[in-house]
Amino acid sequence: MSIVVEVRNLRKCFGQNEVLKNVDFTVNRGEVVSIIGASGSGKSTLLRCINLMEWPTSGQILFHGQNVLEPKYDANHYRTKLGMVFQQFNLFSNMTALENCMVGQTKVLGKPKAEARAIAMSHLERVGMAQFINARPRQLSGGQQQRVAIARALSMEPEALLFDEPTSALDPEMVGEVLVVIDELAHSGMTMLIVTHEMQFCKEAAHRVAFMDEGVIAEMGTPEEIFNNPRNERTRAFLSRVRN
Amino acid sequence: MPTTFFPAVWYILENYGSWFLRGAGITMLIALTGTVIGFIIGLGVGVVRTIPAPRGGKFSLKKILLKLSNILLNIYIEVFRGTPMMVQAMVIYFGLSEAIGVNLSPLTAGIIIVSINTGAYMAEVVRGGIQSIDKGQTEAARSIGMNHTKTMLHVILPQAIRNILPATGNEFVINIKDTSVLNVISVVELYFQTKSVRGALFKTYEVFLITAAIYFVLTFTVTRLLRLVEKKMDGPSGYTIFTSSTMPQGRLLRGRRGKETAV
Ligand SMILES: Nc1ncnc2c1ncn2[C@@H]1O[C@H](COP(=O)(O)OP(=O)(O)OP(=O)(O)O)[C@@H](O)[C@H]1O
Ligand SMILES: [Mg+2]
Repeated sequence: MSIVVEVRNLRKCFGQNEVLKNVDFTVNRGEVVSIIGASGSGKSTLLRCINLMEWPTSGQILFHGQNVLEPKYDANHYRTKLGMVFQQFNLFSNMTALENCMVGQTKVLGKPKAEARAIAMSHLERVGMAQFINARPRQLSGGQQQRVAIARALSMEPEALLFDEPTSALDPEMVGEVLVVIDELAHSGMTMLIVTHEMQFCKEAAHRVAFMDEGVIAEMGTPEEIFNNPRNERTRAFLSRVRN
Repeated sequence: MPTTFFPAVWYILENYGSWFLRGAGITMLIALTGTVIGFIIGLGVGVVRTIPAPRGGKFSLKKILLKLSNILLNIYIEVFRGTPMMVQAMVIYFGLSEAIGVNLSPLTAGIIIVSINTGAYMAEVVRGGIQSIDKGQTEAARSIGMNHTKTMLHVILPQAIRNILPATGNEFVINIKDTSVLNVISVVELYFQTKSVRGALFKTYEVFLITAAIYFVLTFTVTRLLRLVEKKMDGPSGYTIFTSSTMPQGRLLRGRRGKETAV
């Protein structure tokens, strides 16, 4: 099993506020890792540090063993290898669904249009949005937008996908259609790191679950370990809170 | 020369119509060119002023250059927004010829003055337009590996330009009216021509009424045209739904737990 991303001693401060304190963990190829934890515990910040949206204060982020925080490391190239799915979808509003899935391929990866289009189509089909390739984001429901956003990330053919609460901004009746897509990806061997509040989904789809608390990973284990036999007092407290 | 109003107006139009037309032509030429060039200047300045500071705390050449260019651009914007265009015209036109010995034609000078003046206004509009785009758009662009330039070019500017189109049209309309101040450097635009007609006929309000009507027709037409362009830029209000046998329906429901789904 090869390691895709490894985080070592990661710290992130916003001014005086130390949001991440010595976070260590690894994501292996083909693995689905879920991050849970209370609001403000630093889940988004961790994800944003991993794809360099935020610059860590100290520590290392290794991608296939190489530290991406080195000054000469090509951050833009690295980001093409990590797809990101946002809570607020963030589809490019000046483009159609298809263009959203093509622009990165043509403008960043330098692929010819025809090839980019074929790849984009295959992923839009996969998320069930092939019918809507000509629609603009504002013409789509939240669930549809998020599925296009997933197709956009997939179209870059990344090595891993990062999700930051992909269903939190959705109306309840649309959560299912997005979870089905993520679940399908989880079982197709995609490497994924998912921040989520959907505990049921975590239990079913994740190989490992990390519980974050006040800037540290307080406990990490299989879904059975975390949900059925949490060792940490805080994990237990958090789980009993979200269950009610 | 008739003394009653309508015959007088008719007389002026019959004999001096071409003067007005030529003046209106020059006015439109300066206003349009000045707005287009000013828009481009504003885009450039606005984009430079929104470049994020390079990361890393130490002094770097890049950081110093950025800081310096920002200071210079700020001075440019403040000076040109803080002084009347009529005064700018005098200083630039006579300054160039008397101090440096560069003799521009009044028309060229006029276009340059309107352009840099518009640029100063548009720079602020562009900056506002860029900053009003949701940060999520930038993050999404960066997350698929776009650098700052590509993010601007493909994602932010197309949206920002659409948003500032009304302000640009507004600037165009203002320019049509404000080119009249260029008569101080003898640009033969509409206002200058009007003064010449008055000088020839010793008729004032009839002549200027005609001019007012012409200015109004120009600005009104431009306003309407721009509204059409805005509509066009928003694209169709609907979209086509594609259905074909190559796109299986209900595919989402397959490939659950444990199964691999080929794409
Ligand atoms: N750009 C920023 N500047 C300053 N403080 C920030 C910034 N981003 C996050 N923080 C702070 O970092 C802490 C952790 O935020 P983060 O968004 O990572 O939490 P989270 O676990 O994702 O919470 P949620 O479940 O609500 O999304 C919070 O206290 C937040 O106020
Ligand atoms: Mg968050």
